Amino acid sequence: MVEDVYFSYDGVPALRGVSLTVRSGEVLAIMGENGAGKTTLIKHFNGLLKPEKGRVLVFGIDTREASVAQLARRVGVVFQNPDHQLFAESVEEEVLFAMKNMGLPLDVARERCEQVLKLMGLEKHRHRSPYSLSVGERKRLAIAAVLGYGPDIVVLDEPTAGQDFLNKCKIGGVIAALKAEGRGIVIVTHDVEFAAQVADRVALMAGGRIVRVGPAHEVLTDEEAIREVRLLSPQVPCTACMLRERGITLTNTPLLPGELYLELVRLLRRQAMR
Amino acid sequence: MWRVRLVELRGVSFRYAGGDDYAIREVDFSAGSGEYVLLVGPSGCGKSTLLRVLNGLIPHFYEGEFSGEAYVAGLDVRETPTHVLARHVGMVFQDPENQLFLSSVEREIAFGLENLGLPRAEIRRRVEEVLRLFGLEELRHRAPYELSGGQQQKVAIASVMALEPEVLVLDEPTANLDPLSALEVLSLVAELAREKGVLVILVEHRLELALRFATRLVAMEKGRIVADGEPREVLEQVSRLVGCPPVVITYKLLKSRGLALEGPPLTPEEFVDSLVRGWEAWRR
Repeated sequence: MVEDVYFSYDGVPALRGVSLTVRSGEVLAIMGENGAGKTTLIKHFNGLLKPEKGRVLVFGIDTREASVAQLARRVGVVFQNPDHQLFAESVEEEVLFAMKNMGLPLDVARERCEQVLKLMGLEKHRHRSPYSLSVGERKRLAIAAVLGYGPDIVVLDEPTAGQDFLNKCKIGGVIAALKAEGRGIVIVTHDVEFAAQVADRVALMAGGRIVRVGPAHEVLTDEEAIREVRLLSPQVPCTACMLRERGITLTNTPLLPGELYLELVRLLRRQAMR
Repeated sequence: MWRVRLVELRGVSFRYAGGDDYAIREVDFSAGSGEYVLLVGPSGCGKSTLLRVLNGLIPHFYEGEFSGEAYVAGLDVRETPTHVLARHVGMVFQDPENQLFLSSVEREIAFGLENLGLPRAEIRRRVEEVLRLFGLEELRHRAPYELSGGQQQKVAIASVMALEPEVLVLDEPTANLDPLSALEVLSLVAELAREKGVLVILVEHRLELALRFATRLVAMEKGRIVADGEPREVLEQVSRLVGCPPVVITYKLLKSRGLALEGPPLTPEEFVDSLVRGWEAWRR
């Protein structure tokens, strides 16, 4: 939970009064253009940055009173550039490292390592050096390392950047699985289509503030709010909006292709009955 | 006498030294001036290997087994040193930070030209031209590392285009950009193809952004080209490999229910146009 947090880098304000709650069993997407303050905000979640004003509570613990190591057990963060957090000699070692640190017995750790490598499609590369992997693979490795030790809150900064279609689906699947386990998931993304598919709630950021937060369906179909934070509307609500301008008004604003399809079919049927 | 096109690959295969399998196999591909080729396929399908053949890193830098014929701008890639090919093929990568290292935008753009040993006046002329073309005039004295990701990527493309290559190759140039910056970069590249006749070869996963600009869609799978043609014609064929944008998914759902439309649409605008036209017909 973040309460009225302020933060600045050398006097340049990066967060200006941000309040936000992350809930268990829910996917929260934080969106906004580059420089909006998204990454600065998530660095507060695991205590890497401490608020200058306001406070951040992680399961009741004030981050100013806990070490990053303590907080890491509850909050796992995967940053945008995976190279900042990879250092082991092999893919397998990378995943095992955090688990060993958390004091997991080796046999349990090995079994979990196996699971998460498979989940991220990396089992073939287990003995390779992380640096010999492609950017997309390194990103998935960083995710695997965090999944391995199973924090209650998983924070993913731009999880889909540079991922191909199938891996995007894979990451979407992992997010759904984490959610089903009752974990809280935060994704920082400007991939509006991905957010439309996986997010339950969306927070829009601009200039170090949260300008809008609410159910994903509501926020992502709000053309004006999306434009304000310099994002691009997802294709489906964008289509619905243009249809309205051309005289075809749908009953509910759809967010996903299936919803748009149903709205169109329903409208046709209603017109046919007249 | 046969004439080779700007880029022409005939039966090209390559296996990296130590690799178990061919990274690309028997690839036939040719493209000419002004085309905007969108190259797609799952990670590891051979896209990057194909790009490395175009600038000669394969076979000159990466060791392995090369067969087939490859020509770029009439030059035989196998016999032409990479620094010569670099004048004809510009490369832009995912992370502009790796490409930019000088203290100002202007110097960054001039650097490659100085390396070519061009006269000062010519360097000045070309720097001014790309600064204008890419809308970077106001940023000329700024350090590239101070710029936003989108601006950095524009500087990277500008410094490559200052060398006036006939072919521009971009490997996931928008992966780290927000959608509006990404669209801006991709449409700028489209302009280069349209106005300057540059052959653009773009690798990009974000179809919902890139598709609208492409004049041709090429898909690879397991080292082979499996589809190649007009984007609308091959889109449905490649969606198994690379997915398809939400408007195309909706289009397919309607089609499967017997509600036929012109298409498939490449943008929401196109989809709306065809829906509005189809609407009257369906209502009857």
